[in-house]
Amino acid sequence: MKPLAVFVLIYLVACAAPQRHEDSLYQALGQKEGIQKIVGRFIFEIGDSPQIRPYFEESNLDRFYEKLTEQLCELSGGPCRYTGDSMIDSHTKMNVTEADFNLTVDLLIAAMDHQNIPHSIQNQLLNKLAPLREDIIYR
Amino acid sequence: MKSPEVAFVSKDRNRLTKRFGTYIVLLVTIGCQLVTSNAYAGQGKLLATPGVTQIEGTGGSGIVPWASLAGYASRDEIAASTFATRVSVDDYRLNVLGMAINLYDRVEISFARQNFFLKYAGQEIRQEVIGFKTRLYGDLVYSPYPQVSAGLQYKTLKDRDIAETVGADRTDHGYDLYLTATKLHLGLLNGYNFLWTAGVRSTKSNQLGFLGYGGDRQDSYSLQVEASAAVFVNRSLAIGLDYRQKPNNLSFAKEDDWVDLFIAYIPNKQVNFTLAYVDLGAIAGASDQTGMYLSITGYPW
Ligand code: HEM
Repeated sequence: MKPLAVFVLIYLVACAAPQRHEDSLYQALGQKEGIQKIVGRFIFEIGDSPQIRPYFEESNLDRFYEKLTEQLCELSGGPCRYTGDSMIDSHTKMNVTEADFNLTVDLLIAAMDHQNIPHSIQNQLLNKLAPLREDIIYR
Repeated sequence: MKSPEVAFVSKDRNRLTKRFGTYIVLLVTIGCQLVTSNAYAGQGKLLATPGVTQIEGTGGSGIVPWASLAGYASRDEIAASTFATRVSVDDYRLNVLGMAINLYDRVEISFARQNFFLKYAGQEIRQEVIGFKTRLYGDLVYSPYPQVSAGLQYKTLKDRDIAETVGADRTDHGYDLYLTATKLHLGLLNGYNFLWTAGVRSTKSNQLGFLGYGGDRQDSYSLQVEASAAVFVNRSLAIGLDYRQKPNNLSFAKEDDWVDLFIAYIPNKQVNFTLAYVDLGAIAGASDQTGMYLSITGYPW
């Protein structure tokens, strides 16, 4: 049992080194079109959430759709450049709480589930977004 | 004076009643989770990130505390959880019931009642554990460095005879102090989430404390390491293993390190279930104690 445990641990750590092409995540998300569908569904999920919807009451959703699509395209290694405002600027004065941030993550996951994005691809995108949290919450 | 048979029968019945009690608590826990709506629950954390409940009552996995606190409270919320755990190995059985409160993802206060049974001797050793844990740094998902927490477990032995017989230094109370770090890496293993915990514990507890604290071989605190690692197959299913080093304070019998291999099912933020295979080594002279571990944690708010 103990040697087995050690073996499993070493195996897990050794397999942890990812080897992929720079735009493989972008491809796996279905390129620009796939990302647009995810963002479209994400906006639908936001509209459906009594907790998150109020944040967007005054927002220009066309702009949000366009900028978030650009951002996800760029972050996933696609051929786009994000032209929107910085994360700090676009989320200041909203006072987004930690709980609402995580709820929004759940909505994004729901959108990706709806678009049949595989679990392992979802996690890789979430990993790119996680470092942005500190620029977004409690601003 | 009872005849030996009578004593045996009554002990057995006593045991049966207790076993029944555990199942009742289990059922009530499940029932409550299923029927209550959780409008006031602290639910601000991502699914599964608080872990499940460790055998001494704190948030973690099977036998190892994690740096995350029990319950889904974010920094603006409070959460409470209850749990029931049963471990059954060749010669022993352990039942644990307990609860924990999470205050603003900063402080966790826990209580656990442990009943350790010697299956063949028909004896029982009860211990209570009051736990405090505080998050010192970070967030296991979002911060660049691992989340770090420190904890204290204050243990009270209720049945001291066996601890006295085996030569424990103290048989009333013991303290365990620990420092632990936990990190969840999103998508690390081919896109699957990977979590690890590494901790160090200063302790005198013999077999968690059931055999008292300190002994004739060593009556001082010693540092023991503990670790766990888990892979999330999907959002609600984790497979992992725990390792816990143990002190060796008593000359009458060797104490081995503990290992378990677990699978945790976390269908939602109200309840989770853990099944594990445990290898506890030799306990009080009985060697190769392996068996099953089953645990349920509910989050009423
Ligand atoms: C990692 C997570 C997030 C990312 C990557 C993200 C990204 C973005 C982007 C790209 C924009 C458009 C910026 C622009 O117009 O130039 C935006 C705007 C906005 N975000 Fe976020 N966001 C995140 C989390 C959140 C959360 C948790 C909330 C609230 C619960 C939120 C609320 C908003 C709102 C209301 C706007 C529109 C602002 C306006 O009307 O100008 N965001 N976000």
